[in-house]
Amino acid sequence: MAEIVIKGVAKDFGAFTALHSVDLTIADQEFMVLLGASGCGKTTLLRIIAGLETPSQGEVWIGGRRVDHLPPRARGISMVFQNYAVFPHLTVFENIAFGLRMAKVTGTEVDRRVRRTAELMHIEQLLKRYSGELSGGQRQRVAVARALAMEPDVILMDEPLSNLDALLRLEMRAELKGVLAESKTTTIYVTHDQVEAMSLADRISVMNGGYIVQADRPTEVYRNPAARFVGSFIGNPPMNFLPAKSEGAGRWHVAGQSFAGPQGSAAEFAIRPEDLHPSDTGLSAEVRVVEPLGPHTLVTAQVAGQPFRAVLDSDRHITPGEVITLAPVPDRIRWFDPETQKAIA
Amino acid sequence: MTDTSPPPAPQLEARRAGRFLFYAGVALLVLWVLVPIWFLFVNALSAPSEVTGFPKRIWPSFDLASVQFFLQFQGVTQALWNSVKVAVLTMILSIAMGAPAGYALSRFDFPGKEFFRVLVIMTRAFPLPLLALPLAVMFIRTGLDDTVLGLALVHAMLALPFAVLITFSLFSGIPVELEEAAWTLGCNRLQAFIKVVLPLALPGIMASAVFAFVISWNEVFAAAVLTIENRTLTAFLLQSLNVSPLPLKFAGGAALVMPALIFIFAVRKYLFAMWGIANR
Amino acid sequence: MPRALPYLLLLPASLFLLVFFFYPFGLVVVESLTRGGEWTTENFTRMTGHWKFAPAFWNTIWLTAIVVPVQLIMALTMASVVQKLKTGRSGLLYIFAIPLGISDLAAGLIWLAIFEQSGFLNSIFHAFGIIDRPTLYLGYQNMWVIFLAVVLAEIWRATAIMMVIIVAGMGLIPKEYSEAAEVFGASRWQRFTRVTLPLLRPSLQTALILRILMAFEVFAVVMALGGTTLPVLMGETFQWQFQLQDRGVAAAYAMVILGLSVAFSLVVLRLLHVPKGARI
Repeated sequence: MAEIVIKGVAKDFGAFTALHSVDLTIADQEFMVLLGASGCGKTTLLRIIAGLETPSQGEVWIGGRRVDHLPPRARGISMVFQNYAVFPHLTVFENIAFGLRMAKVTGTEVDRRVRRTAELMHIEQLLKRYSGELSGGQRQRVAVARALAMEPDVILMDEPLSNLDALLRLEMRAELKGVLAESKTTTIYVTHDQVEAMSLADRISVMNGGYIVQADRPTEVYRNPAARFVGSFIGNPPMNFLPAKSEGAGRWHVAGQSFAGPQGSAAEFAIRPEDLHPSDTGLSAEVRVVEPLGPHTLVTAQVAGQPFRAVLDSDRHITPGEVITLAPVPDRIRWFDPETQKAIA
Repeated sequence: MTDTSPPPAPQLEARRAGRFLFYAGVALLVLWVLVPIWFLFVNALSAPSEVTGFPKRIWPSFDLASVQFFLQFQGVTQALWNSVKVAVLTMILSIAMGAPAGYALSRFDFPGKEFFRVLVIMTRAFPLPLLALPLAVMFIRTGLDDTVLGLALVHAMLALPFAVLITFSLFSGIPVELEEAAWTLGCNRLQAFIKVVLPLALPGIMASAVFAFVISWNEVFAAAVLTIENRTLTAFLLQSLNVSPLPLKFAGGAALVMPALIFIFAVRKYLFAMWGIANR
Repeated sequence: MPRALPYLLLLPASLFLLVFFFYPFGLVVVESLTRGGEWTTENFTRMTGHWKFAPAFWNTIWLTAIVVPVQLIMALTMASVVQKLKTGRSGLLYIFAIPLGISDLAAGLIWLAIFEQSGFLNSIFHAFGIIDRPTLYLGYQNMWVIFLAVVLAEIWRATAIMMVIIVAGMGLIPKEYSEAAEVFGASRWQRFTRVTLPLLRPSLQTALILRILMAFEVFAVVMALGGTTLPVLMGETFQWQFQLQDRGVAAAYAMVILGLSVAFSLVVLRLLHVPKGARI
């Protein structure tokens, strides 16, 4: 049982604040992804949980035990590093056995566990090789096997797939998901790749500027961004935003059209590009660039002088310069407070 | 220049001539380095009468009389042995002090780090053998004068900046991730260092140790100033330059050169890596 | 992570630098400015008043002025040659690097084998029928031959260290830069002078500083080839310390060498300065 609780964790590097008092609870056996652009603090948070970095403030609890003063080896965690960190002077077997030997596990048990995890990661035929003789993907498997062999309560992963090529990444992603679900560990996984995050996570923590902006299930994060940043960061292409003017009584004037929205005096209108369809009435958009993507066509246009994107069926032929009318799906429209940047329910 | 079609004849000829010149130049440079050493060994491996005789042959007679004469000369074996002792001590001292400093510079950020680094680099802008002058006085006061340890301390001072900078770059070349991985797998700092960093850095550390050995083995000025009875080979040869016969000089020179040749060969892979960073 | 650890690791090296670098250099300064416990400039007036000071000073300067530029060109040539070579690279590098491991005393002896009266130069001249009887080259009547022999020995011995630093530096320059210049129409020579050399500035700095310092410390080579016939600064320092037992004047000489070293290091740093953003 390893629930992870982070209470008011902050980290300064000199004058630079990498984390501003972060609170987060990760349930036992949950797969939590920390998602954000580089420099958002996600790796710092992971390294604080691992014990590789000391927090300036706050507490870290793993499995009901306060660990923030403990060295990494005493925290019951395993970690997979971005560059794999497979020891070059040891064979694959000895790499996987490394932690077990440190824990003084008996010889036969070491052998059994190394072989089992190697089989799990499909590297049993590589056990006698050295890191230099392995491909990137194979090294990745060794790194994961080494972490799993410890049978840890918690596995921490720092962008483990970012150094693989696209096809291999896809394959490893699916495999990781299966293996980790089976191992019943709590997983914290850092990535900047939103597709990876969506596909792997039970919950995603979207981070920005040292804050956790939203921590929720992937569909929730996608459908109901808690803040403007989440909408603009997640989704490819990201959400469209348009200024809105209050007409009173919950009606809003957006680019010449009237929409029903929240009560209040100021709001920003937001819609995902795929939640738009051509229609007789709606937002009039002047097409700038048309990019056919196979199943869809990505249209970049201007609406009321603002850049605006729509993902449309590829059946319809659209040419640059054309003016089309796009209707948003009513229950997919979201509203944000321009002041706080937070979503308005 | 990646044109694959055969160039016209005159151009081809010019290229051939260019290539010939290039290889002739290479050969010349190689001869420039090797021939003088060859001459020294011809002298060392010829009988004393041949060494002082004229004209010389270009091939040694493989007569070991010169070498024998050298080895039996009063004080030579003692000097050789002193040289070895001083060099080994220098090696141990400079690595024992330099490697921890190199590790600290490569792994930690701390106030004063840049100051220390600049300090070490700065020492190279000073003619270090001159240190022997004041140290001669200091050593007399502390009883270190004319001892192997005293000289080794001065040689360690010559080798220390290199040891620090070389080990610094060695450790910097070992990803921190490897060490961190070891920590997450149950190692403490010392265990991680011994099990992961040390095996990876050892060949390089050995190379810089050998380098320290060579620095000490070759050093003349401080050795000559600081030793009187316990002279090293260089000090011995220098101080008997006026009085010793030619065969002794050349055999002595050959004895000085031999280990250096072997050592440079042993660390040849590291020479360039070592100097590459010694720059920054 | 314990905050004290990096300082603990630096402690031995720092203490050592303090005791064997800063303290003795302080002592040299004091010793050069005192005589019998009194502050005075007498050591310096004695030094400059001695008839050997001026020739020692100028010989050292001239040696440096001739040797260093020649070596720079040779080292650059060697490095470029090695860079161009496809096979036999490491072997050639080893040969070029050999003198790096050879002490200045041994280098002096090696060239003594060539220049002494029954040496190889005379033997070769004899073999070609240029001379009948061996000539004496290294006598006081032929100061310029001694000078020339020292120049050759110095070039032979210490080009290697510059070559190694430059090769290491060239290894750090990505090939694309030169290729880009080639695409934009630069000739081989233009690529070398406009791309390689400017990018090589940090390595050239190190190489030149190290080499110029070594040139000011020239000592054993001169002793081996000319004894005290050709005075140089370091040789005079040794003489005053050892033969004349006058530590004050020896310290004054040390100050001159130190001053020259620091001054020239600063000049090199200035001339080859690379702005921070312009490094590779």
